[in-house]
Amino acid sequence: MEAPILSIVVFTPIVFGVVLFFFPAERHREIRIFALTGASIALALSLWAYFTYDLALGGYQLVEHYPWVPRLGISYHVGVDGMNVPLVLLTGIVMFTGVLVSWGIDDRPREFFGFLFILATGVFGVFVSLDLFQLFFFYEIAVFPMYLLIAIWGWKVTREYAAMKLTLYLFIGSVVALIGGLAMYFASGTHSFSLFALEQAGFSVDFQRFWFPFVFFGFAVLGGIFPVHNWSPDGHVAAPTAVSMFHAGVLMKVGAFAALRVGIMLLPEGAKFWAPLILGLATVNVVYGAFIASVQSDFKYVIGFSSVSHMGLVILGFATLNLTGITGAGIQMFSHGVMTALMFAVVGLVYDRAHTREIPKLGGFIKVMPLAGIAFIIAGLVSMGMPGFSGFVAEFPIFMGLWQSQPIVAIIAAISIVITAGYIMRVIGRVFFGEMPEEFKGHITPINNFDKIALVILSGILILVGVYPSIIAPLVESGAQAVMALVGGA
Amino acid sequence: MQIETLIWLIPLPPILAFFTIVLGTNRNNRLSHIIAIGSMVVSWGLAMVVFFNAVTTEGLGHHPFHSSIAWIPTGDTALRIGVLIDPLGALALFFVAWTCLAIFLYSVGYNNYGKPRDPEDRAGLPPRAGGIEPMYARFFAFISLFAFGMLTLVISDNLLLLFVGWEIMGLCSYLLIGFWYGKPSARDAMIKAFMTTRVGDVFMLLGLVYLYSATGTLSYREILYNEHVLGMLTNTPSVIPALSTAGLIGLLLFIGTVGKSAQWPLHVWLPDAMEGPTPVSAMIHAATMVSAGVYLILRFFPLITAGWHEGGPLTPTMLVISFIGAFTALFAATIALAQNDIKRVLAYSTISQLGFMVAAVGIGAYVAAAFHLITHAFFKALLFLGSGSVIHGVEHGVQHTNEHIDAQDMFNMGGLRKKMPVTFVTFLIGGFALSGFPLITAGFWSKDEILADAFAHGHLAVFITLALAAFLTAFYTMRQITLTFLGEPRTKAAEHAHESVWTMTLPLIVLSFFAIAAGWVGIPEGFPAIGGIIPNWFHDFISGTLLEHPQAVAFNPVPLIVSIGVALGGLLLGWLVYRRVPAGGEDPVKKLLGPIYSVLRNKYYFDELYSAVIVRPAYWFAETFVYRWIDRGVIDGFLHWVGRTSLRIGDFLRNSIDLPIVNGGADFIGEGVKKSGKTARVIQTGRVQEYLIIGMVFVGIVLSYILVLRP
Repeated sequence: MEAPILSIVVFTPIVFGVVLFFFPAERHREIRIFALTGASIALALSLWAYFTYDLALGGYQLVEHYPWVPRLGISYHVGVDGMNVPLVLLTGIVMFTGVLVSWGIDDRPREFFGFLFILATGVFGVFVSLDLFQLFFFYEIAVFPMYLLIAIWGWKVTREYAAMKLTLYLFIGSVVALIGGLAMYFASGTHSFSLFALEQAGFSVDFQRFWFPFVFFGFAVLGGIFPVHNWSPDGHVAAPTAVSMFHAGVLMKVGAFAALRVGIMLLPEGAKFWAPLILGLATVNVVYGAFIASVQSDFKYVIGFSSVSHMGLVILGFATLNLTGITGAGIQMFSHGVMTALMFAVVGLVYDRAHTREIPKLGGFIKVMPLAGIAFIIAGLVSMGMPGFSGFVAEFPIFMGLWQSQPIVAIIAAISIVITAGYIMRVIGRVFFGEMPEEFKGHITPINNFDKIALVILSGILILVGVYPSIIAPLVESGAQAVMALVGGA
Repeated sequence: MQIETLIWLIPLPPILAFFTIVLGTNRNNRLSHIIAIGSMVVSWGLAMVVFFNAVTTEGLGHHPFHSSIAWIPTGDTALRIGVLIDPLGALALFFVAWTCLAIFLYSVGYNNYGKPRDPEDRAGLPPRAGGIEPMYARFFAFISLFAFGMLTLVISDNLLLLFVGWEIMGLCSYLLIGFWYGKPSARDAMIKAFMTTRVGDVFMLLGLVYLYSATGTLSYREILYNEHVLGMLTNTPSVIPALSTAGLIGLLLFIGTVGKSAQWPLHVWLPDAMEGPTPVSAMIHAATMVSAGVYLILRFFPLITAGWHEGGPLTPTMLVISFIGAFTALFAATIALAQNDIKRVLAYSTISQLGFMVAAVGIGAYVAAAFHLITHAFFKALLFLGSGSVIHGVEHGVQHTNEHIDAQDMFNMGGLRKKMPVTFVTFLIGGFALSGFPLITAGFWSKDEILADAFAHGHLAVFITLALAAFLTAFYTMRQITLTFLGEPRTKAAEHAHESVWTMTLPLIVLSFFAIAAGWVGIPEGFPAIGGIIPNWFHDFISGTLLEHPQAVAFNPVPLIVSIGVALGGLLLGWLVYRRVPAGGEDPVKKLLGPIYSVLRNKYYFDELYSAVIVRPAYWFAETFVYRWIDRGVIDGFLHWVGRTSLRIGDFLRNSIDLPIVNGGADFIGEGVKKSGKTARVIQTGRVQEYLIIGMVFVGIVLSYILVLRP
């Protein structure tokens, strides 16, 4: 039997997280090294999973399947295909770099890394789940530690409000989705939570149309769909850096991915019925998020609302229900995850030094932290879809898919490209160029080597994917083909 | 080595130079400029080899140099990228390679290489007292990236790679216009340039997406050299009634050109782009970026003109293009009349000349447009570099005399012909080429061809507009030459100006050669007296790019006389009006035009108009409407309202039902709850209950939805 790679990926973080709690609280150094070890293992194995995935073979690979609660048809069933393996890798990357940029946390690092790792297990678990019950199980694991991480280590001004807002939105979303999931379980008659079984359950068209919104929108709350996106910018801003990276980089993808995997793939007729509404809402997301981002004076809120805008593109891609659009959305999930993690990392570095995020009060940071400035510019270019960076590789197929299904949506969504360029340029211009205020001169310390490694990894990936899209595109496309096989049609 | 391999290699040296300088040698000025110029020389050499191979290949149009590889797999087909050199590509490569090389060399002198670093100078501000540019190495890195973008665009065999090069240039223009980011005006200009061109780019991207959706390919050859595909695009109606698919795609791509080539109404960024160092202005306005816009519509000429036959009525798309081109040509020329900044005059003349080319494409004068693109690239690069040399000379005088004057204002110059003879002669050649000085200059032949074509095919409105613009061009060019070089110095600084170093004057000399000779390859066969002595090679060569070869226009004396008349008349009038402007004197045209003058001087108030009509409303919309009203007002407001209402309900339940009715027997349990409540408080906030009740309400709504609506 092969080594259970995916189970190791999934459970490494939680095991390390739990063990961390047995460390003496004041041994910060040992705690950090141990945390980094755990993150490295998860990253290495997710890389392994990514690069051993055999495209020629296709389908789900590295599958493990054990009965869990056989009486209810629940099993532990994991596997990766072209759609989720990039997301597993993304999680590994964000976890590893998140630990690196959190090296300096002095307030209870043991608990911080502990909760962060529990969260990571939840996220890994959702991505690889092939059993609906198991997916919900990990989903809740992913959502719960977020509350603590924000409420305890967050920005003092809004952390309690934001943590509560976030938790409630997400729990309500998951309850709604769960109702839909249970409806499918009972209606299928197969007495199984297996996603494969549910895919083949042959639900009636009416059933699908009725239950689709529960599942899709329930999960899409976590994907930040309008008008239930409001938890996300507040949550991003209140969270400490590594948590923002996780939150915007990975957690929002959990929502979008689950909406695809459970909503669109299990209830394709429902997806076709509701697609116009989803297109409409996601278009609002894209343009609306960009507009709001352009008037924020808080650096972190700009990025927070830009995530709302970019996640809108992911959902738009899904809602095209064609191969090109879904492929683009899959790449966008990965690209945006890395990009936004990088952006939040840089925001954190600036905030740690300036102790303010008010854009008009900042300036000239490129001189004291050139690498962070360059990394942010790269992320900015990704976010405005500049060719040669991963954002273009993702957005181009999305727009192509949109044009095939709804040209008018493509045109409206394209407005966001201009606005995005506007706010990114404004932030870069004000924060990194311009004149550094007198109060900061001589007080801004350069960034440390851990931060540098994290920034280089993240920006390197963005460029690599942009210049050599074949490293990810065929993989995601094979995953999108699996979706299309269920949705049917072109 | 295969010629195709050489083409792939052309853009590589500059990008390598960019990375080498950024990552390695950015502290070593000498090494950095050697790397940058060296790599440009290699690219130039490769380009020349390819060019001469191309011109000596029979039937290049039918069998161009071409190779391609798969890049982004999308759907069923992979998006391929590749290189292509056909006649149009070869000619574009020729002028891009030459002008870039000239600009690279010029930058050495312009950035005061060899002078000591002035300790007062700071990065992000222009050197004040003739010291070396503080970010010298970075400058060469950026222009290398710029050259990479343009070379990539030119050798591309498809719209996608063209778009890549296009966007790289957009980014470089941002970086270079804002090179002196310490100046607030430069910071504003960099954002303005990027944003304005970006508006065009978005439409272009949509055109690209549309084209790909309609044809499944972005390769030039498969679309534009393919009767079947063109016919299909022409005959399918588009989403907009009255336009064929080809027409709409052409229009979307053209909007990209409007942004990039600074055509009205997206012209506003280009004059402000003068905030960058002068070699950058030459790079943007002559060699690369603005030419890219015209190159795009020349490339897609078969698509834009789909459904049109030579001599037939124009399609709606062509009408739009010819209108915008002709209007821009005249509109920008009038603004140029009232500018005093030597570079701004050139900036508006660029917009105007690009309008000539766009109008030519709009009326189907393919050869004339391509011809003017190339001659313009040479003489405009020459003029910009010449103006940089002038400014340098005057700045030297300013330092010498400590006068506080604007070194770019032409009214502070005068008499520079004696101080800067090489700059003067070359600038004169460039200026005459721009004015279309008859027979000798390249600008005459290309501009004449546009006018002749417009006249021959009966596009009288275009013909008259362009002739008028040509007249104004000659006038303001002579105004510029007269104010700058002729007469007597009007300031002390101008008296102490001196000639620039050889690295600056050599490129001027090279470019002035082309500003004259580039016209001789395209003398119409039917031209009186000299026609046919040199065969009209240009027409024959470039026609091969198109499937359907355009016909040469038959000779007609009317446009020729007009073309000679406006050039000479404008030059003469300009000289007469401006030859005696005294020091501190007012612009004679100001008196003549009165209030119109200030309208022209303020560029028809387009900046103010856009600010009032677009920028401020957009910010209001984003800030007040979307953010405050919708996001924080309605959505959050609703949430908070639900929260408060739930609290009130909770309060009612607690005080009216729970306490008096339920509480009686439950004190014991209550104590237990209180205790666990205390323990849990660590992670709880006061608002848990509030929100949990929202959750309950929500679940209630969901349940009623199920019960009521369930099928």
